[in-house]
Amino acid sequence: MATDPLLEAIELRKEFGGLVAVDDIDFTIPLGSIVSLIGPNGAGKTTFFNMLTGVYKPTAGRVVFDGEDIGGKPPHAATQRGIGRTFQNIRLFEQMTATENVLVGMHCRLKARIIPSIFGFPSVRREEREARERARELLAYCNLGGKDDEYARNLSYGDQRRLEVARALATQPKLLLLDEPTAGMNPQETLEFVDFIFKLREDEQLTILLIEHDMKLVMGVSERVTVLEYGAKIAEGQALEVQSDPRVIEAYLGKAAVS
Amino acid sequence: MARAQHSGRAYRGFFRLLEAVGVKDARSRWESKSPLLQRALPPLVIGVVVILLALPFRTPDPAAMVFLAIVYALYVMPRKWRKWALPATVLTLAIAYPLLIQQLNYQRFLFEVPIFGSFPTIDTMAVMAIFAMMAVGLNIVVGYAGLLDLGYVAFYALGAYTAGWLASPHASQFTINGKPIDVNIGGIGVTPGLGGFHVSIWIVLLAAAIVTALGGILIGLPTLRLRGDYLAIVTLGFGEIVAEVARNGDKETLGFNLTGGPPGINPIDPPGFGQWLQNHLGLPANYLEKAGLYLNFVSLIYWSALVLLLITIFCSLRMRDSRLGRAWIAIREDEVAAAAMGIPLMRTKTWAYASGAFFGGIAGAWFGSFKQGVFPDDFYFTISIFILCMVILGGMGNVWGVVAGAGFLTYLNQEGLANISAWFNDKVLSCDPNSADPAKVISGGCVNAPLVATGIYGLIIVLVMLFRPEGLIPERRRQLEFETGVHDEPLMDVRHAP
Repeated sequence: MATDPLLEAIELRKEFGGLVAVDDIDFTIPLGSIVSLIGPNGAGKTTFFNMLTGVYKPTAGRVVFDGEDIGGKPPHAATQRGIGRTFQNIRLFEQMTATENVLVGMHCRLKARIIPSIFGFPSVRREEREARERARELLAYCNLGGKDDEYARNLSYGDQRRLEVARALATQPKLLLLDEPTAGMNPQETLEFVDFIFKLREDEQLTILLIEHDMKLVMGVSERVTVLEYGAKIAEGQALEVQSDPRVIEAYLGKAAVS
Repeated sequence: MARAQHSGRAYRGFFRLLEAVGVKDARSRWESKSPLLQRALPPLVIGVVVILLALPFRTPDPAAMVFLAIVYALYVMPRKWRKWALPATVLTLAIAYPLLIQQLNYQRFLFEVPIFGSFPTIDTMAVMAIFAMMAVGLNIVVGYAGLLDLGYVAFYALGAYTAGWLASPHASQFTINGKPIDVNIGGIGVTPGLGGFHVSIWIVLLAAAIVTALGGILIGLPTLRLRGDYLAIVTLGFGEIVAEVARNGDKETLGFNLTGGPPGINPIDPPGFGQWLQNHLGLPANYLEKAGLYLNFVSLIYWSALVLLLITIFCSLRMRDSRLGRAWIAIREDEVAAAAMGIPLMRTKTWAYASGAFFGGIAGAWFGSFKQGVFPDDFYFTISIFILCMVILGGMGNVWGVVAGAGFLTYLNQEGLANISAWFNDKVLSCDPNSADPAKVISGGCVNAPLVATGIYGLIIVLVMLFRPEGLIPERRRQLEFETGVHDEPLMDVRHAP
């Protein structure tokens, strides 16, 4: 794992009033790896995640992505530079079709300006046609073939999860952040999802950051695991090492389990 | 063709009645008939029965019969035809309206609509088209992007005052090299030596649109960082600021005459294409000089407004289906997710504001040149609410619904309420309108509805919200939203940056 880091968080900190949600965390994601961030509820995982994607402005510290400091930049800037994400509680555009959801994801990769769009310039029409074609391919890739014109809200739960990934992929990310992607899935669906994550990395050369509760999933897929508790990093390393770290066991199972 | 709907208490009751009087299997036999027949026959039977019953009291109007036949044909034809036939019919009728109404009135052919009375005058139709333009513009902000704007009248005013500056003697108050400004770029009907700017109305429209769009951006930059209710309050404030500036922008207050104060800017040059275009293309040189039965000032204003409205609708639909339109709808549905998908919130919202303002500006400028003056009393806060009502009544997000809502409410405002009120007084209250005091809502046994017009629009909106919250002709997405409820996500501090 000697590759360059794709993303580096340096002493990242977030305070909400007096509450320190994320406490000076250093964190790196090597290029091409699958990294997980775990921790009990309220450990600050999602806050951390939101700082990486620009939803929250860090109180202090830096986020360096691909050699550029993006800490404090708005979310769309992070997406433009190549950070795609999904949400813990599914946030699709429910009244848009699956295709439209993916097309929104492509927003920052399309160029159509307002005046050419109104007059339907050939360049705009070609771009739109190609975008729709790519959207169809992406949906098929994410096992949503044939559901292109379904409204997002009418899709099944698993399909909605996959559509969120398809939408994130449409932004052409270098780094994909998945926030509890298997929450609410049954074991079968979770297994399928694990395969899907591996496939993604193979096909798209993606780097993936995963936030998870499901230890089995985390241990199965990730090359590196970081454990947070009360906003602080308590362990970091390979899956097996972390699993046997007494502090991690304590955080998850309580003090009695350690002795 | 879609299968006929087999539901409803009256429908079932009717067949139960038939079976009770001895017709066997009435319902199943009827439902085995072709869908076209099932669709075509009942309205025909009902219509014929109603006409026959009314025959002893009233001779049927030929014009009314033709109108009913058109409506019937549109109802019966297959959906895929209707998709084209309905707009084509409406458009044809709209274009032919001034001719039709003159011709039919002249031949005493025109029927009276029950309760609503006579058909709207061309004057009213022109105002309807102008307000429809504004409603379509506001729909971009409210319907597409989901930003509640309570100060849309500001854009209307900006457009109108731009026309006031660029097509009237107003600017002659300033001097250059000791001589008052006197610039004429295609101005129509200008007495030489009048002074001021006199620019061709078509250039004025574009200038007004651009000035208003810039105004939209200026208002948008500080306000669009806010959300929901806060945005609504701030836009309300801006609307009032513009209206107040319009009312007070005279020489005593500002040191120069910006808006003409309470009397406004008056007169504005009449619209027209100029002599050259009249000679070469046959377009009217000066609308005011036309005084024919069909080709007169008002009908020319109406036709031009119709063309402007069609352009507005076209642009609005094209924008909706573009990359930008998708971004607007995404923002309306979920700002956080939209931002995470790479949509720059500030810039996209500002675009919505600017485009909405653009069309408001055109409408304002056209209204100014229709009235041949700009008067600050036209820009009260109630107009903002009035335009918002049109959008809500018609169906937020759906351009056709918004146009219909705008047409209906403007008609009510212009003459409909007075007509309905007169019918009510005559047929229900049977009072003598001459004994009523026109300044009182209720006097001499009569009601005077136009005096409480705003209250009536409020009532209409309350009723719409209660019984059909998605509006009369809803957008299909919105309908979905109202059928299954909205998920309100907690607010997060997504920050905007251009």
